[in-house]
Amino acid sequence: MHELAITQSMLDIVLEQAEKAGAREVGKINLVIGEMTGVVDECVQFYFDFLSKGTSAEGAALSFTKVPTTARCRGCDKAFELKEFDWTCPYCQGNNMEIVAGKELFVESIEVE
Amino acid sequence: MKIKVVKDILGANEQIAERNRQLLDSKGVLAVNLMSSPGAGKTSLILETIKRLKGKTRLGIIEGDVSSSLDAEVIGKEGVPVVQINTGGGCHLDANMTHSALGNMPLQDIELLLIENVGNLICPAEFALGEHKKVLISSIPEGDDKPFKYPSMFHKADVVLINKIDLLPYLKFDTDAFSQAIRGINERAEIFQISCATGQGIEKWVSWLLTQMSRRQS
Ligand SMILES: Nc1nc2c(ncn2[C@@H]2O[C@H](COP(=O)(O)OP(=O)(O)O)[C@@H](O)[C@H]2O)c(=O)[nH]1
Ligand SMILES: [Mg+2]
Ligand SMILES: [Zn+2]
Repeated sequence: MHELAITQSMLDIVLEQAEKAGAREVGKINLVIGEMTGVVDECVQFYFDFLSKGTSAEGAALSFTKVPTTARCRGCDKAFELKEFDWTCPYCQGNNMEIVAGKELFVESIEVE
Repeated sequence: MKIKVVKDILGANEQIAERNRQLLDSKGVLAVNLMSSPGAGKTSLILETIKRLKGKTRLGIIEGDVSSSLDAEVIGKEGVPVVQINTGGGCHLDANMTHSALGNMPLQDIELLLIENVGNLICPAEFALGEHKKVLISSIPEGDDKPFKYPSMFHKADVVLINKIDLLPYLKFDTDAFSQAIRGINERAEIFQISCATGQGIEKWVSWLLTQMSRRQS
């Protein structure tokens, strides 16, 4: 549900950047979204179609690069993808880790004309 | 033409949150963001905390739970300043709403501000309000697999309160496994077991709050 607020902020950034570049039209928006944020692509797309109407980003394609939740084991220092119901290190079975990826939520780039 | 952007989508919210934090700091207020699923015990915890601290600590409450203004009314009866935020059906508080609420709060008369966020374990995790500490309440009836389902929330919490421990004899909940799962991804989290029904463990929570406040003043 927080996709509405997130999509609005995303659109604000896109329109600001497009205007700065003197662009007429935004063709594509490249997003990077970590799995840990719980952001659902379909929801962002849904709100985007609605919010972007009448702006230079109307009809732009959204590209989602999803980043899996990745942890680094504090025991053996190896990195691995965090599985849903199993938070043990697959290498040493340790259970103390640091989250190193999966929290991303940013506009990577836009393609404009 | 491709334009490199690399801008945090929640950057604008973070900026407002930072301004809220500066405002709170300038008034010497410690702000705590209380988050949980609906019904885990946020309002009950606020009431228990008021009971213990009334007359000793100057409290203020922001009520963000959307269900109704009922919580705010109950708390208002305690004679503590309370500001209700209407999220208009929104699933989380954000820094902007908090900013408006702070404008209606007598900050110069407050030392400790408790913010009841909207009952939801996903969305509030992503939106900073300007709080100094994030507190997550998880209750026994919700089951002990919550950390696995909502890692972001558990990862960011400064404190995890396991509420409704008076129900432990009746429900299956492995508090050790639960705590270990949290510690796995969040070494620094403090974990307290409490019951807002019996008052068990509330003393520890309150003394944690007082410690945080004295740390800021020194
Ligand atoms: N048995 C038991 N019930 C509790 C406890 N804490 C809260 N409750 C009950 O749980 C329900 C929801 O609590 P509330 O504080 O309104 O939750 P909120 O939605 O997070 O604000 C109420 O009926 C409370 O009386 C507790 O420690 N033990
Ligand atoms: Mg409540
Ligand atoms: Zn390991």
